Parts: sequence; C-alpha cells; structure tokens
Amino acid sequence: MAGIVSYGSYIPYRRLKRAAIAAVLGVPATRGERSVASFDEDSVSMAVAALRDALKATRSPDVRSLVFATTTAPYAEKLNAALVGAAALLPAEIRASDSTGSIRAGLSAMLQAADAVAATGGQAAVAISDSRLGAPEGKAEQSNGDGAAAFVFGNENVIAEIVASASLTREYLDSWRAPGERFAHSWEERFALTQAYSPLFKKIIHDVLEKAKVAPGDLAKIVLDAPNQRAADEMLRELKLDPAKVADSLSLMVGQTGAAHAALMLTAVLPGAKAGDHILVATVGDGADAMVLKVTPAGAAFKPVHSVGRMVESKGDVTYGNYLKWREILPTEPPRRPDPERPAAPPMMRSEKWKFGLIGSRCTACGTPQLPPQRVCVKCRAFDKMEPYAFADRTGRVATYAIDRLAFSLNPPTVNVVVDYEGGGRFLCEMTDCEPDKVAIGDEVEMTFRRLFTADGVHNYFWKARPKR
Amino acid sequence: MASKGIKDRIAIIGMGCTKFGEHWDKGADDLLVEAAYEAYASAGVQPDDIDAYWLGTMGSGVSGLTLSEPLKINYKPVTRVENMCATGSESLRQACYAVASGAYDIAMAIGVEKLKDSGFSGLVMTNPPNDGTPASMTPPALFSLLAPAYFKKYGLDADKGKDVLSRIAWKNHRNGAKNPKAQFQKEVPMEAIKNSPKIADPLGIMDCSGVSDGAAAAIVVRAEDAHKYCKNPIYIKALSFVAGPAEGPLSPEYDFTSFPEVVASARDAYAQAGITNPREQISMAEVHDCFTPTELVLMEDLGFSPRGTAWNDVMEGFFDLDGKLPVNPDGGLKSFGHPIGASGLRMMYEMWLQMRGEAGKRQLNHPKVGLTHNLGGQPGRCVSFVSVVGSQVG
Repeated sequence: MAGIVSYGSYIPYRRLKRAAIAAVLGVPATRGERSVASFDEDSVSMAVAALRDALKATRSPDVRSLVFATTTAPYAEKLNAALVGAAALLPAEIRASDSTGSIRAGLSAMLQAADAVAATGGQAAVAISDSRLGAPEGKAEQSNGDGAAAFVFGNENVIAEIVASASLTREYLDSWRAPGERFAHSWEERFALTQAYSPLFKKIIHDVLEKAKVAPGDLAKIVLDAPNQRAADEMLRELKLDPAKVADSLSLMVGQTGAAHAALMLTAVLPGAKAGDHILVATVGDGADAMVLKVTPAGAAFKPVHSVGRMVESKGDVTYGNYLKWREILPTEPPRRPDPERPAAPPMMRSEKWKFGLIGSRCTACGTPQLPPQRVCVKCRAFDKMEPYAFADRTGRVATYAIDRLAFSLNPPTVNVVVDYEGGGRFLCEMTDCEPDKVAIGDEVEMTFRRLFTADGVHNYFWKARPKR
Repeated sequence: MASKGIKDRIAIIGMGCTKFGEHWDKGADDLLVEAAYEAYASAGVQPDDIDAYWLGTMGSGVSGLTLSEPLKINYKPVTRVENMCATGSESLRQACYAVASGAYDIAMAIGVEKLKDSGFSGLVMTNPPNDGTPASMTPPALFSLLAPAYFKKYGLDADKGKDVLSRIAWKNHRNGAKNPKAQFQKEVPMEAIKNSPKIADPLGIMDCSGVSDGAAAAIVVRAEDAHKYCKNPIYIKALSFVAGPAEGPLSPEYDFTSFPEVVASARDAYAQAGITNPREQISMAEVHDCFTPTELVLMEDLGFSPRGTAWNDVMEGFFDLDGKLPVNPDGGLKSFGHPIGASGLRMMYEMWLQMRGEAGKRQLNHPKVGLTHNLGGQPGRCVSFVSVVGSQVG
C-alpha cells in the first residue's frame, strides 16, 4: 500500500519573540516566539533542507516526481521545483511542478504524490515550505512562522501507510493576496470560523474516518492544522477531540507555517508513533484535505535526520528591527558599495552540479578532494583525472575567518570562514546563522543551501557554512 | 627558479610622482601628464626621446591610448599592463626587460589610478560574468583572514595581536608625516589606531590603506648609457614576478600565515641580486602594506624576520625609520593610499629619492640596497612582485 517512505523537516534557526514586536509597535503581545527564515533563506532554500534530509533517509531511492508546495514561491514565473530538485540532486528524469494557491497546497500535494505512486509505482517527492509574512501590527505577523517539511512517497519500505484520504473544495472568501501584494487580506474571523473551518473540518474528518473505517476513539494522534490558534482551539471544543491525542500546533515556539504546517506538525508527531498507530491529518483552505495514516513497524523505527524537537531547541534571536530589514519591510540606506551583479545564465548552467549541489571533485590520481571542481589537481597536478565528490553533507572545521563589515548584506557583518572538511577539501565561504563575536578557529560547521542575494530579479542561490545544528 | 635576471644592466635615470590623495580636480589624464612630465624633467629628456612606454592601470582606462592621447605621444608603442595590485611594478618590469633586450634604448614605465570618481568606499573590481558562487568578500576581509591564523599559531592573544597590527599602522603614518607627497601627512596616536571603527575584525579602518588617486613614472636605459643622462642613477638588481596556483583556498595545508607567492618571488629576486641574508643586506624596503596584517606576514615572507618573530621585530622598532631595516620609509600604502597602477612605481620613487639623498626629513643614512614589493589578490591566491635596486653597480 502506498504511503510515506521517508520525511525531513526544517525550522530556521532565527526566532522573533512576539513581545519584541509588541515592544516596538505598541500592540498587544501574544506569548512565545515565531520562527523566522533568515535574510538568506526563502521557501526554496528551506524546502531544500527538508527534502535533502528526506532523501538521505530514503531506502532504495527511485524518485520520479517532485512537487514543491508553497504560498511564497520566490519565482512567479520559472519552476521553483526545478531549483529545489537541482539542490537536492534529484535526477533530470523527473516530473516536477509547483503547487500553490492556499495553505492547503501542502497536504494536497502529498495526497497527489500518494496517488501517483499508487498508480504508476516508483517514488514521489513532495517539498513543502513557506516563509509567511504578516503586515506589521497585524495578528498574522505574530502568529505566522517559517518552516518546511518534505516527504518521499512510495509503495515499498513504507513507514506510514495512507489508509484513506478525503478532499473538499469550496469557493468562499477567507484570505487572499493579489499578484504584487506582500501581505494577505482576510475576511472577518467569525465568518471563516463558523461558515468555513467548522463545517469543513467536521465533514472532512467524518468522511476520511468513514473511508478508513477507523473510529475517532481509535486514533492515536490527530494533526489538526487550522489557519490560526483560535480556530484550532475552537475546533477541539466543537469536535470534542481528546486533547491528549491532538498534536502540538507548534504555535508557541514556531508559529503557523502556511502550506508547510500540516506537514511540519506531522513530522513532529511521527518520531513518537508506534507500529499500528492511526494518525489523522486534516487542514483547510478553500476547502479541506484529510488523510488517515497507519504507522508500520518500519515507521516506529524510523529516525529523521533532524527532528522537529531538535530544531525547535536550536535557535537564536532576531531583533524586530533586523526582521523588518530582512523582509525589506523597512527600507535601509544602501552601503557605498556596488550592488551585487546578477549571476549569468550560461555559467550557472555549466556549473549546475557545483552551484546547486555543492559537488566538487576528487583527484583519482592522488585522492585529494577539492572544491570548486578542478581540471588540474591542486595537489599532484594530474590533468583531467577528477571524479565528482559531494561536499554538502560533510562537516568541517573553521581554519580561519573574517568578519566583513563593508560587504553588501541585509545582515551585516558578513562572516566568512575557511572550512576544512572532514575527509579533505577546503572552502572559503560565508557563514550564516552564527553570532559573529563567537566565531573561532576550530568551530564545527555544516553546509546549508541559501539565497545569497537577489539582483535584477534573479535569486542567487549557493551554499554557506553554519555552526552545526 | 628559471629566471636569469638582468642584474645591473638597467638603470633608472629619472622619475616622477604626483602627490597622492583625493584629486577631485584631476582626472587620470591630468595625473598621467604630471607624472610623465616630472619624469622627463628629472631625466632631462624630451618626450620624443622615449622609444616605448608601458602603462600600468587596473581600471582607469584600457589600451595604450589611455596614455598616448593625453601625452600626444608621437606614434610610439604604448603597452597597457594589468596585474592587480602589482600593476605599477609590472609596467616597470616590462620596460626594463624591453630595454635590456636591446629592442629599445630608452623607455618609460608609468602607472595611474583614479579611484575617487567611483562613489564607492574601498576598491571596486568588476568580475567577468559568473555563476554567482565566488565569495564576494571585500579586500579588508580577505586580508583579515591572516590575523586570527597568525595570532593563534604564534600564541598572541587578541590584545597583543591588536597592538602589533596597530604599531605597523602607527609606524607607517609616522613616516608618512614626513612626506609631502603622501595622502595623509599626520602622525596618528596608537590609541586612535586601536580604537578606530571596525571594518573586518580585528581590523579597524586605521588598519587599512587609504583610497586615493595618483600616478608615478620611471625612465629606464641600459646601465652603460645611464651617465649620459644623470650623475646618480639607481640600478636594477632583480625583478621577480610570480602568479600563484591559488592553492590557499583549496588546500588545507595552507595556514594563512604566509604568502607562498611572496616567498617564491623573494627567493627568485634574491638569487638574481645575489642577496643571501636579506635581514642584514637590505638597507630599506617598500612593501605592500594594504592592511596591517599583510605587512606583518611580509616581514617573514621576505626573510626580514625568522618565522613567528616578525611581531616581536615590529614591537621592538626593527622596521622603524631609525630601526635596522626601515620598512615603508615613505609612509607606505597606509599614508599614500593605493592607486593600483601607481603604487609600485611610487615605491620605486622612494628608492630613487633615498639613494640620491633627496628624501628630506625622512632621509636614511646612505641606503645602498633597497627592495620594493607588491602583491595583488588575497592570502593563498595572489600575484607577487619583488624588486631589488641599488645605488651602485656590483
């Protein structure tokens, strides 16, 4: 039976305390903090982190399709999934598409992937990611969060079978955003709650449990992804769900991560599941989607590369001022340095494996790993004796570093490090998600796919180092 | 090393150097004209006497026309050369070799850079279209990579390390205060250097060379012809230029406490000049103090201090104007700024003045053998130039 074969998830390192927003704007503060994609992250880069983790944990990889689901795609025209696939080193021979339109896009993409593997075999990957903006002073600014989750679906080595799924699609005006707008509008909350979420959740949960032939009392866990915490609380009461079985909404420490949220909540629940557990996942957005999963013995033993719990703990604060600058909500004085130049298409195409996959080379004559990939060996000068060599999953140590206060950056100062990799190879690159004052020779780092800058509408993605999470 | 050198075969018979600084009222054309005419006058020659020109500039113009047009050079060869921050020195090297070959009898090397028209702070380099992956670090950040590595290797804590770097800047400004052609002609107190705003930690703005405009020129002939033009020419003992394989960013064996390219070019230059003990035999040196850690490391790479001891020589004043081996007696890049194409020739201009006893308040006691050094690029990935010059043949 088709189901989930593997998963990964990603919560960015930076957190914005809700009280910090309130302190600046003089609005009421809610408790806790929200996750914040750093100045060099977006839905694509976060999706890459989650998908690479999912693929790393996939047995017998045979991915034939990729869907990237988000409401905050970096490109309106240009396939974002192609970028995600390149950075995750998926083969060219895949079907790929972007899925968007509502926060339901994530769960919808998962159900489509499950259907695809049931119908045509192989594996299907889904990367779901959102970097959710809210206008200053609004509730969404505080309650939203940024994050990603990814799944590989297949028919073999399944860790959670899809016992049943159900979908509903309705036209109503709840939240919307026109092209070019940065912040979503929403209709009054009571309308959505009483006329959309409540009836939709009731019906979709009824439908999917009936199809799955599972009684509500037999569910081990319920992942109920409502657009906001108030709606979630209301649903719990109305649907008379057992609070002990309801999955943590992550609202206190992360926030609502848009299209990624149902998926992210699910990846938070799965590591604690036992074989035979039934898990209900449901979300709304211009309708509703739901599925019932049954955890297999393999699922009970499955360990994600990075658990949600670990990423919730691994964090550093961002000030509200920096957050506003990162999102370019607050315009700033540009430095007296030239703007970065957009990367050029032909060299990017030539170096696809290097730029997106961080594939360097290793000399087959002397065994020395090196990056960027070379033709003549830096060590033994052998000519054209190189083989591809992947660096993205290797950790390294800081050999020396520089703290650049002059370089163009949305988050000065720019920290640069010379990384010496475990197993050989050296690279000089930016370091992100770090506290500049704390960087030291010998620090352990890992690699992370980031958006370096955007110039002329071209997002320049490449790899950086970060302190090991 | 394969280079045979041209020891004592070429002499400099005239030089010119503009004041370096923010020349809001002068373009590259003006600076070139001024340096060239000062050099003609210095050598006592007319423009038409020059057989060929080598023009060094990184970004203030392309082709020989950059020089021939403002100088109205009458249908002579002008070769524009570029070798990053060693551009000025490279123009001199080419002119010397051309005359040594016998192809020409008299040639001018001239370098210029007009930096203050860009509107940006610091140097700006344009790169060819690329895939967006090369690190886009600023020069101070690239050279700051040396500091933590050097401090750690030789056990200097952050405070001590900062003292050493600051003293280099202090010394160069102290020398520059005695130089009427320097951009900055003021001594700067140690405290002001140490507390200057951070640019690339631990480097503050006072650890960086300035940004300025300037031009400098030299006229060269074969040594046997030198006395036709001038009583006290200076003689080329060695010219070495090295472009490295850029192993530093690739190879963990490189430890960011040395410039292998400088070590190689110094070795080559010393072999050409017959120098066996640079610490004792070199009377003065003009080196590429783009940032203070650069000068620190250069003292070891050029063989002036044994490995791991340059910081101590710096603190003890070994390289001061009244020390045993004065380094950057004219004030260095620190006091002059760094108009790329001009800097190497500006260094040679100090050799010219000092050896002829024309260095005014900073005059050294009869220096016999001098060294100039430039590098361009970044630690572990650079080009390096070393020259040795002398006041006498032999």
